[in-house]
Amino acid sequence: MNAIIFSALLGVVMMFSGILTTNKQAIKNIALVCLTLLLVANLANHYEWYSIKIDTKQMFSFSKYGYFFNTIAITATLLYVFVSGDDIVKVGSYGAEYFALIFFVLCGVTILSGYNNLLMLFLGIEIMTIPLYILTGSDKKNLHSNEAALKYFLMGAFSTGIMLMGIALLYGSSGNFGIETVVNITAGTLMKVPILEVIGLMFIFVSMLFKVSAAPFHFWTPDVYDGAPSVFTSFMATIVKSAGFIALITLFANKSEELGKLWNILLVIVIIATLLVGNITAVFQQSVKRMLAYSSIAQAGFMLFALYSKNDIARDGILLYTSAYSLATIGTFAILIKMDDHSINGYNGLAKSQPLLAATQSIFLFSLAGIPLTAGFFAKYFMLASVIRTGGSAAVYLVIIGVLFAAVSVYYYFKVIQAMYFKEGSAATSKITPNFKFALLVIAFLIILFGVMPDTLLGLFYF
Amino acid sequence: MIPLSLILLPFVAGILSFFVKSDNGSKQLALFFSIATLAVMLLGLCVFNQSAYHHFDVSWLVSLGSRFTIGLDGMGKMLCLLTAISFPIIIAATYNNKYKSTNNFYALLLLTQAGLMGVFVAMDGLLFYFFWELALIPVYFLCSQWGGEKRIAVTFKFFIYTFIGSLLMLVGLLFLYYKTPQHSFAIKDLYNLHLAASEQNFAFWLFFIAFAIKMPIFPFHTWQPDAYEQSPTAVTMVLSGIMVKMGIFAVLRWLIPIFPDAAAKYGQLIIILSIIGIVYASLIAIKQDDVKRLIAYSSIAHIGLMCAAIFTMNSIGLKGVMLQMFSHGVNVIGLWIIADAIEQQLGTRKFSELGGLAQKAPTLAILLVVLAFANIALPLTNAFIGEFLMFNGLFQYNVYFAAIAGVGIILAAVYTLNMVQKVLYGNTTTITENAVEISGNVKWMLAIITIMIIVFGVYPQPMIDLTKDTVQALIK
Repeated sequence: MNAIIFSALLGVVMMFSGILTTNKQAIKNIALVCLTLLLVANLANHYEWYSIKIDTKQMFSFSKYGYFFNTIAITATLLYVFVSGDDIVKVGSYGAEYFALIFFVLCGVTILSGYNNLLMLFLGIEIMTIPLYILTGSDKKNLHSNEAALKYFLMGAFSTGIMLMGIALLYGSSGNFGIETVVNITAGTLMKVPILEVIGLMFIFVSMLFKVSAAPFHFWTPDVYDGAPSVFTSFMATIVKSAGFIALITLFANKSEELGKLWNILLVIVIIATLLVGNITAVFQQSVKRMLAYSSIAQAGFMLFALYSKNDIARDGILLYTSAYSLATIGTFAILIKMDDHSINGYNGLAKSQPLLAATQSIFLFSLAGIPLTAGFFAKYFMLASVIRTGGSAAVYLVIIGVLFAAVSVYYYFKVIQAMYFKEGSAATSKITPNFKFALLVIAFLIILFGVMPDTLLGLFYF
Repeated sequence: MIPLSLILLPFVAGILSFFVKSDNGSKQLALFFSIATLAVMLLGLCVFNQSAYHHFDVSWLVSLGSRFTIGLDGMGKMLCLLTAISFPIIIAATYNNKYKSTNNFYALLLLTQAGLMGVFVAMDGLLFYFFWELALIPVYFLCSQWGGEKRIAVTFKFFIYTFIGSLLMLVGLLFLYYKTPQHSFAIKDLYNLHLAASEQNFAFWLFFIAFAIKMPIFPFHTWQPDAYEQSPTAVTMVLSGIMVKMGIFAVLRWLIPIFPDAAAKYGQLIIILSIIGIVYASLIAIKQDDVKRLIAYSSIAHIGLMCAAIFTMNSIGLKGVMLQMFSHGVNVIGLWIIADAIEQQLGTRKFSELGGLAQKAPTLAILLVVLAFANIALPLTNAFIGEFLMFNGLFQYNVYFAAIAGVGIILAAVYTLNMVQKVLYGNTTTITENAVEISGNVKWMLAIITIMIIVFGVYPQPMIDLTKDTVQALIK
């Protein structure tokens, strides 16, 4: 509860700070302080030092798991502001407002990590995405940004509409919004479930797939990610997407047993389609930003494994996956923003001109590709392990398909490494500050740390 | 403690080397630390040879059922010895070569050594997988940055190939992990698994493809000649001298003991593939005009024989494999050193442009002839013992297989002697007219290799004794 209240309040604080000062550096520092406060507030909940108690009529069910995800999301945002804060305030003339919107997104994220009621799911999704529509269009003189915002808004509103319809159908069938009661009355196979519930669940499922950009509901992703200012793409592709997965897993993790075989087939189709579309299309991209957009679809395919296997390992694994993926993607985007040329050729020779940037970028890409001793390896490892744990040969074949696509992903991630290290060129960057380098080093260090000792991250959870 | 220091010494040296500014400094550092690693290895074999020194175990990734367990058995000792001997030889023999950003080159080379040592000592499935991948990453950078013209595409092919293989192995490992009752990656738990036939048959291939790509055996070999040709020669030596042994080693340590039934079932198929590879690669080798490509194809043929001998699963064949892993490593490095010496001096590797070197560089000629004999496996060279034992094993398994594989020896004589003749004898060409004798360091390193060839050719018993325990364990 702390995190929800604090994120909303601090968002308002950020908004007012824009009145008090127009110094961009100061605004960024205020945002950092506020994020730290938010982190402390959430940790206070986690370790039961202090928590605000409000009777939510069981609309929320807070658990260590949810708190832990909040910690990850807030820490990732903190690192994100730390490394890209200067670029956030540069997007337009409303620095404080951008940060305020980020806090409101976080409010949505924290609702999604603790919801126990379909209405709260809806509220969380809305609170999370509406600020994003604004952030996408924040570069308002840029037509691409405008186009992306409008596209995102129309598609997003449509998908939320579908979700709302699904919720209504579920309510109509069960007379209840609680996620436990809504679906648990449906023991047995999918065939025995009332048709309203099946349709309702499918609607919600489709809408959530849209939010996490899984195929075949991914078409908005490349355009929106490409059109939005790169700093905000970074935020959307990491923290927001992770929150979508947590919401999805909270809703379906306990239920797929009862949904039966058909559900698994549906999920396998979605997973394979997502992996296929994301990976194969990413191979052909010339722009690193678009490549990252498609790769984020591909990574979503891997995260969906958790939904397929829905065991303890998957629950732990998705936390590790979201943190590994967020760290690496935030770092990659931070470097991308500094590049003058966003195409892969624009990275040619970066190792010569900026060795530290190239080295950390390689670590981020290694992590995204899942090379051992980086966090990304254990992220993938947990996903694969969770599916194999479910037993059965179908699971093993699914995993084999997954790893083959992982090999494809190496192809496009390593193209950037090749450009940086092995090709001649003079990659031009905007000014690189020592602070920026330090922030990149911190992220790289965390990636290696979780790659060597993932126990430490998960250990926090079992504390 | 010995296996840990074998990993840590080159690892630390590699990290240090990134920060050494002077070119000579990084060369000296690399040479010093590789010799230090060799010294540790020799100490481990001769002085600290109690088993307490050869095992090390700390807890790591407890919640995943994996531990940092490393240890040396007979085969591990032999391959670590090969690695420890090879690196100083490689570094010394190519000491005068010039590289851009020398410090990074040597840093990556040393990191490769650390990775290789890790592969040979890992006694835990997940740890093994880690080292298996980590040995690859520095090699990827080495080949892509310092290689020939087509290096980027060729190395990438090599990388993707092996990466697909290792991912499949990871799936296999996870599959085994969940079959163990206590969910563990420890090697003894994996050995104690009793899998159903269908599970064995399935998981066997997940592992075998990874190893087959690494060795490489037909039809997974297509990355190899290009990669060998395009890599800087010092790295080619590592690749063909040591890295391909990873594949053979992994089959012996991680495949046969875990899937004995599947290995017996598919053994014949794999032997047939290997024999096809031997004949096919030998025939292609005859057609080559480039020293490097010739050695690359000849290497495929040799590896094919080793792979075939493994799956005969008799003690004599396995003894031969053990010996030959070491011998082939040493011999092929010798051949590469000569290829590099010729290329560095004359700027070409083509037979058609070479000739008459025996007049200009008699020492090189003598050493090349000895190495060529070892490559053909003539008696009194180390390769003879290994190949003889392997053919013996193959003969016991199936006479016809032995006969067809035996063609490989004849073909080896054809292409190797053809190379010797075209490079050393005949009239000098415009390129070789002004050739001079090889430099002192190359001479000394080749002399060391020649001594090893003859000593182990006459008296192979120490190597057989060293790996006896592994062979016995495998037969059982």
